[in-house]
Parts: sequence; structure tokens; C-alpha cells
Amino acid sequence: MQIESRGDRIFNIINYTVLILVTIIVMYPLVFVLSASFSDPQTVLRGEMLLWPKGVNLNSYVKIFQNKDIISGFTNTLVYTSLGTFINLAMTILAAYPLSRKDFVGRNAIMALLVFTMFFSGGLIPTYLLIKNLDMLNTLWVMIIPNAVSIWNIIIMRTFFQQSIPGELQEAATIDGCSNIKILTRIILPLSMPIIAVTILFYAVGHWNAFFNALLYLSDKDKFPLQLILREILIQGQTNDMVKMSTESAIKQQREVEGIKYAVLVVANIPVLALYPFLQRYFVKGVMIGAIKG
Amino acid sequence: MAKTTVQPAVQAVTETKRSPFKWNRILRNWQLYILISPVIAYYILFQYVPMYGIQIAFKDFIATQGIWGSPWVGFEHFDRFFNSYYFWRLIKNTLGIGLYSLALGFPIPIILALLMNEVRAERFKKFVQTITYAPHFLSTVVVVGMMMIFLSPRYGIINHFIEMFGGQPINFMTEPSWFKSLYVLSDVWQTMGWSSIIYLAALAGIDNQLHEAARVDGATRLQRIWHINIPGIMPTIIILLILNMGSIMGIGFEKVLLMQNNLNMESSDIIATYVYRMGIQNAEYSFSAAIGLFNSIINFVLLVVVNFISRRVSETSLW
Repeated sequence: MQIESRGDRIFNIINYTVLILVTIIVMYPLVFVLSASFSDPQTVLRGEMLLWPKGVNLNSYVKIFQNKDIISGFTNTLVYTSLGTFINLAMTILAAYPLSRKDFVGRNAIMALLVFTMFFSGGLIPTYLLIKNLDMLNTLWVMIIPNAVSIWNIIIMRTFFQQSIPGELQEAATIDGCSNIKILTRIILPLSMPIIAVTILFYAVGHWNAFFNALLYLSDKDKFPLQLILREILIQGQTNDMVKMSTESAIKQQREVEGIKYAVLVVANIPVLALYPFLQRYFVKGVMIGAIKG
Repeated sequence: MAKTTVQPAVQAVTETKRSPFKWNRILRNWQLYILISPVIAYYILFQYVPMYGIQIAFKDFIATQGIWGSPWVGFEHFDRFFNSYYFWRLIKNTLGIGLYSLALGFPIPIILALLMNEVRAERFKKFVQTITYAPHFLSTVVVVGMMMIFLSPRYGIINHFIEMFGGQPINFMTEPSWFKSLYVLSDVWQTMGWSSIIYLAALAGIDNQLHEAARVDGATRLQRIWHINIPGIMPTIIILLILNMGSIMGIGFEKVLLMQNNLNMESSDIIATYVYRMGIQNAEYSFSAAIGLFNSIINFVLLVVVNFISRRVSETSLW
């Protein structure tokens, strides 16, 4: 029906070119890391591997799974992520349900109490002193309790409860003598599986990627999450690079370390990569729901 | 049917003013208060107790005497900070990185969304989205780690390219003049796709009839983007601009900390990393709490001011 003018065609060509360029810029480093992790480290370090793996082998991965720190970091992160996400989800539901009820007296005051913390907080030092006074330093709990809930997710879930579950349903249940807790467990939660999935994913990725609380509060290496171990291997190890290498053996040893870095990157992101198709679909939904209110 | 359910609800609303009904509703919903109590307890303990702890910024904190028992010193710590050798360097770096991030990181997702919105081929659009959203899920450690590897002076692929064209390898990560650009560009790389989602959603909400009408009047693609799409997403742009302005001085501290080393300190040291160094590593709690408070007050004031200006100028605001 509509005829494309010449200007529109030029626009299209430029548009597609720009988008293809953007996609390549974003994708290239990711593909490079993946290919490099399967390649012979020597070819990567000499800059011979540019896109596709050269001298394919799994040696780097084998070395990683022999590394005690990486294994312990991986297990710790699994524990922090699963336990933390569970508590996060419970707390979010506990807050979101009452706040979604129009007949909940005081909900504006409580909401204000929670939202204020988005704009102003005690800051690093007072929080650190609190954690210290609570004797939580260097314990498992410090990775879980200080981030027990996020206001952003409470808002998203509350909005979902309000908009997607008919108020009449709850009223009818009340008339039938259903208590508030029963309404939550029998009616609200079964109808809220999509938003619960979004919330779990949001929190789980957050826990998986978190490193700062661990850096602040943990001191035993056997409690370190994977991200802190990664930091040691990828970032702190790099400082050796600045020192001039004197002996052949030192160079050789360093090349070994350089070689496994790519594989470390891949392993650290496997769970997130595996979840990515779901993440993309659900996260986008979550952002949309949040956007309506935010 | 619908009327009978609406009626009592309306009555309940009009009767909230009378206190007996309010008490009734509180008693009837006692379970809701029990449900939410752990969350309130969490907020009081982990958010408001630290706010109470801010007072150590005006005290000389002595661990054995606690927050309450330590002696007051007034603005001594603030004085020391404002007159310290590092003060202007910290302000310059914090503001510099914040403004640089805003200048590049804010418009790029908008442009990306406008461009993606013009793509008619659904599968191509999906593909671009899938790829550009992906880096959002990488951790800060991973992104900084990747930068370190790619930019390594000896083994990094970027320096291999530079040498291939006859240049001298650059030690990007230790060169102060590169720090801010690396920080901002890697941030754009990681977040541009994800940040564009919200604008795409706003674009999807624009009434198609506007486009139809414009097309009948002979408007070109660019004209329609300029006169329909951009005004259509303006409220979203303004809200996000307000939020971004409020955090100009609160830039991603974790990433700066990871990218920081002794050699690039001159342009990488920001208020937040200084607080971390002074407070956690040197245990100067009061002094660093004062600096932290100074930073959060500036953030808060910025947010309020930008919000106020925006409400006056564009009638869009957060509150």
C-alpha cells in the first residue's frame, strides 16, 4: 500500500548498517572470549586467533576444574545465590501483598518509609559499623541478610498484584470467610507465577554477580564467592603484567595463567548464559511492569 | 453485578475518615501487619539504623564508647576534607566521570531505541535485541576482567592491532588519560541495549494513527521520528534524565574500584573510593563517614533540584 520514497530507502540502508555495526561491536568481545577459551593459549596470546578457535582443545577447562579456589568459589556462590534468592523472594512477597491492598491502613506511610531509602541512605561506613556490631563480619549471613529485599522488586510485584489479579476475586474470598493469609497462598500466589519467575531471576542474577559485599565483609578465602576469586585471577593477577619479565620461565608461567583466563570467564557465566533465553523474555517483562509505575 | 461490588468499596472509602471504621479495618486485617513486619524490621535495622549512625560524621568515633558515647567534634572532619590535598582531585574526577557518562550513556540508548523501532523485519530486530541485551547480565568483575585482557599491553588484542599497523603498544589500564574514556565506553557497551528497552516500550505506546496521518500528509521517516516519536517518549526521557542527574555524583563505585590501580589514581580516584580507602582500609570511620555524607547530600540535593526544574519546565516530575 505504502510506496517507499527514495529518502526512506536511504534511511533504511543507514539504519540497518548502524544496527549491524552496533551488534558486531557488542558481540565480538563475547565471541572472542568463547573462541579463545577453546583455543591453544599460545595462538591467542600472539594475536593469531581473531574470531574462530585455533588449535581447539579443552586444556584450559581441565586446569580450571583442578583449581581449588575456583571450585570453592563456585560452591559458595551457589549457596549464597540459592539461599539469598529464597529469602529475597519471601520478603518481597511479604511486603508486596499487604502494600497491594487498598484497604490496608497505613500503606502510604509504609511505602514512603521504604521508598525514601532509594534516594538517601546511611552510606558505606555506618552500614559497615552496623554489620560489625551485629557480629556478622565474615559469616555466611553477611552475604544474604544485608540485601534481604529490594524496593524496586517490591514495587514491581505490588503493581502486578494490583493490576493482574481482579479485586473482586479477593472480595469474594473474604465474603466466603477466607483469611488474608489464605487469600495470599490460595489465590494470589498461584496466579502470580510469571512475576515470581521474574523476581527470582532478578535476584538470582544479582547474587551471582555480586562481589562488593564479599569484598567488604568477608576475610576468609574459603568463604569467597566466585566473583572475588575471578577478581584475583583476572584483575589483580594482571598487575604482574606491568612488571618487566626477566626470565624465560617467568614468561612461560605467566602465559599459562593468561591462557586460562578466557576459560574462567566462560565458566563464571555458564549459569547466566544457560538462563539467558528465559532471562531475556522475563526480564523485559519485569522492566515493563516496573516502568508503568516507576 | 459489577455495581454491587463497587458500591461497598466506595462506601468504605468515604467512611475511612471516621475512626471506628479505621480501627475495624486494622483489626480485620491484622494478618497483613504480621506479614509485612519482617520487612519493616529489615528496613529499620539495615537502612534507618545506619542513617542514625551518620552522626559519627560529627563525632570522634571511639569503638569502645560506641556511636552514642563518642564525643562531638562538630564540623571538624568536613573542614579537614575540604582543605585536604585530595579534595579538588576527588570532586574533579567524580563530576568528570559522572558528566561524561551522562553525555554519552544517556542519549545512546534513546537513539538505539529510535533506530530499532524503525526496523520492520521482526527477526532482525529480535536478533539485535538478543545480542545487545546480553552484556547487561555480565558482572562488573567480568566486564573489567575482559577489558584487562583485551587491553593488556603485552597480550591484548587491541595492542596486537596497534602493533600490526606500526604503532607503539599503549598500557591503557595504567594510563590516567585513558581511564575515564574506558570507564564510560565500556559502560555504554554493557548497558546501551538494556537501557533502550524502556524507550522501546514507550515507543510501542505511541498511537499509530499519528503516523498514518503524518504519512498521508507526506512526512518522511525522519520527520515522523522527529515530530511524533521523540515528543511521544519525552516524558520517559525526562523521568530518566532526572534519575540520571540525581546520580551524577553517585557513579558506579564498584567498577571504578575494580579499574583503579596505583598508576591511574590521578584520574580514577573518586569520592566513593576515597571513602572506602579511608574508612574500611584505614579505619578512619568518622572522617570517611563525613565524606560519604557530603556525597549523599549532594546527590539528594541534585535530585530535588532537577526534579523541581523539570516540574516547572515540562510538568513531568518524580513527585
